[in-house]
Amino acid sequence: MAQAVVRDIDKNDPGRGLDLRKLGMWTFLGSEVFFFGALVVTHLSMRGVVAPSSSKANYDVAAVRNLFGDNVLTSILAFILLTSSLTMVLALDGVKTNNQKRFRFWLGATIACGLVFLGGQVYEFYHIVHEGVTIKNMMFGSTFFFVTGFHGTHVAVGVVWLTSLLVSAIRHPERYNAGNYMAVELGGLYWHFVDLVWVLIFTVIYLI
Amino acid sequence: MATDVSTLHHAPAKQRRGWLEWITTVDHKKIGIMYAVTAFLFFVIGGLEALLIRLQLGTPQNTLLTPEAYNQVFTMHGTTMVFMAIMPVNAGFMNYFVPLMIGAGDMAYPRMNAMSYWLLLFGGIVMYSSFVFGGGAPDAGWFAYAPLTSTTYSVTRGMDYWVLGLQLLGVSSLAGSVNIIVTIIRLRAPGMRFNRMPLFVWMSFVTSFLLIFALPSITVGITLLFFDRNFGTNFFLPAAGGDPLLWQHLFWFFGHPEVYIMILPAFGVVSEMLPVFSRKPIFGYEFVAYSGVAIGVLGFTVWAHHMFATNLGVIADTFFAAASMLISVPTGVKIFNWLATLWRGELRFKTPMLFSLGFIAMFVIGGISGVSLAAAPFDLQVTDSYFVVAHFHYVLFGGAVFALFGASYYWFPKITGKMMSERIGKWHFWILMLGFNLTFFPQHMLGLQGMPRRVWTYQQNQGWDFYNLLSTIGAFCIALGTLVFIVNFIISLRKGAPAGNDPWDAATLEWATTSPPPAHNFDVEYIVHSRRPLWDNKYSGEGRGMTINYDFHPHLPPPSFAPIIFSFGLFVLAYGMLNLASAPLIGIPLILVALAIAFVGMNRWVGEIAQDPVL
Repeated sequence: MAQAVVRDIDKNDPGRGLDLRKLGMWTFLGSEVFFFGALVVTHLSMRGVVAPSSSKANYDVAAVRNLFGDNVLTSILAFILLTSSLTMVLALDGVKTNNQKRFRFWLGATIACGLVFLGGQVYEFYHIVHEGVTIKNMMFGSTFFFVTGFHGTHVAVGVVWLTSLLVSAIRHPERYNAGNYMAVELGGLYWHFVDLVWVLIFTVIYLI
Repeated sequence: MATDVSTLHHAPAKQRRGWLEWITTVDHKKIGIMYAVTAFLFFVIGGLEALLIRLQLGTPQNTLLTPEAYNQVFTMHGTTMVFMAIMPVNAGFMNYFVPLMIGAGDMAYPRMNAMSYWLLLFGGIVMYSSFVFGGGAPDAGWFAYAPLTSTTYSVTRGMDYWVLGLQLLGVSSLAGSVNIIVTIIRLRAPGMRFNRMPLFVWMSFVTSFLLIFALPSITVGITLLFFDRNFGTNFFLPAAGGDPLLWQHLFWFFGHPEVYIMILPAFGVVSEMLPVFSRKPIFGYEFVAYSGVAIGVLGFTVWAHHMFATNLGVIADTFFAAASMLISVPTGVKIFNWLATLWRGELRFKTPMLFSLGFIAMFVIGGISGVSLAAAPFDLQVTDSYFVVAHFHYVLFGGAVFALFGASYYWFPKITGKMMSERIGKWHFWILMLGFNLTFFPQHMLGLQGMPRRVWTYQQNQGWDFYNLLSTIGAFCIALGTLVFIVNFIISLRKGAPAGNDPWDAATLEWATTSPPPAHNFDVEYIVHSRRPLWDNKYSGEGRGMTINYDFHPHLPPPSFAPIIFSFGLFVLAYGMLNLASAPLIGIPLILVALAIAFVGMNRWVGEIAQDPVL
């Protein structure tokens, strides 16, 4: 009888029915929103500063922005990163429909997109440093490398996470199926968040 | 994807004995005890630093400490008390009692819970190791105002240790908060609706949200500071175009909610103790709960009242002054609810009750000086003076520490199964009460007479000598009071009277189980029907407060080495980062070793999740 009472109560208390791990992930992402918020605010408030005493103060923001060209490279990278959100959804769909092949293929595609994005970012960093803008010599450089660097670190963590998921999926396929896909969904939540943050960073740093 | 607990139940958890039992534990009660004991040790260390401060300031033109040593001591006093004493004592009580009060078997993520504790310990060790390895402790204040933190003014490595210690403590708090939030949403006993939760659980819930939203701001701030000090950026250096006010915004956006992070759990325990010792339900439960939420939300809109002296402009000053005064409304609501709870109650003046009443009185004094500081024109007169020091010690010591001592007396029987001595407890309370007021009340006068804070000495005959001497005598009184507590603790632990399940005749679920509770907390599942399940069962009729589900199979994850290994990896990583810029040949290998250790820990962890899907 008591069991029936509990079932009855749970119907009216949605909190008790939520998935434990998903709830934790959402809470963590709530905190991450504030982390990137603080990063972006720092960039917005500091990027126009020209150092009064620095000998390299003759850079102005517009000149540095020219280094990005017409944002062609960054736009392509942004497109790739956003596409990886789609591939992640397809990977989750694969595991939910018990299609191991589809699951692994799209998970691999997501990782590949992440790696291409990171490669592009490394190339961009190299290019900009080569043109004389470093994290030290001007404020725009400082905030640029700080903000995009932390985003890149998040992407890298995501790549490691999804890769370990893929390795595990290959070694223990029995652990991933339509009844047991939470590990994939959690990785996906994080990955979508990192993609979404890039929309904000891309807009704030490259477009406006 | 519900896991079938009945299949897992048959695998008996491997038990370890002796110190390994503590190293590998994932039991929220053991972790709670470790939190509280560690925090108390840091409280004693921070207290000794306070005694050094008071010794130095006891007489004018004293030379007991050099100015450099004084800076280090007051910086470490503040940092220790905030991050390593009050916050972790709160975390310890939350760990121990939130699951018990909501009728759960453990926290949502037992292994992550252990990690939170180890990161607290390691973070504290990193910070204190600066005395040995850093050429000196942090010396720019717990608020670390730029540009005092720059390598120009803070020449030792102390501030770098401060940054990395705080990073570890930050990860610890973030993980702990996520854990508490998920535990409260997800693991409440059936029928334990949100509007039936004990108020301590409510305040823990609000505090955890404050932490997850406030911590990122200081994380960004200290990371920028670390780059400034190690990698040649100029975020906070005005000479190179940086902005010291950026630091203040990032710091206080965290720092003000931090004040509520320290005090809200204290509000929670007082709201538990007052009804029990007044023999009445709390007056206006909803108001006490939701005013806590209101304080939490408003807490994010007041940070710049710490910055009135930085010329933010009239509009900003007005906004932040008004918002700060607004907070006194929900706080006042709480005070009146507590007083109304006492009204016509059958008051029982046990030690926890004395501390609760002391808390209300002292917190009101601190609150009133706080409202006066919210007025920008008055703040400009007394900012950076001892008036401010007096104010925040009234809310944090007179408030939080009094309430937490009260909580120690209240919950000691549940944790140990023994009562603490009432007689020694009353001595503790009165000595502490006297010492506290003797120490901090004169500081109001010192501040109004113009004595600046953070100075290492002062000239005689400015009218400051007498009050400073009083304050120093008071500080030793506080030390004596704390000593009495330690004596009481040890004596009661060895030969305290047996407590039984429910020595205070209390109303909440933690008193429904044995003292100390078994590893799985409850043998049965309670189905909750009221806010005061124990009282209503006893005084309104069996089954009115709660009923019992005997068909219940508690499941606990086995002990694990993974959390401490992973945390140790992050600990080594901190030292790697410390050496990265100054000695890359040491730093880079250390970082690689650290990542390897963390990877081993994480790998073990993931393997254990696969066996037993509780994080």
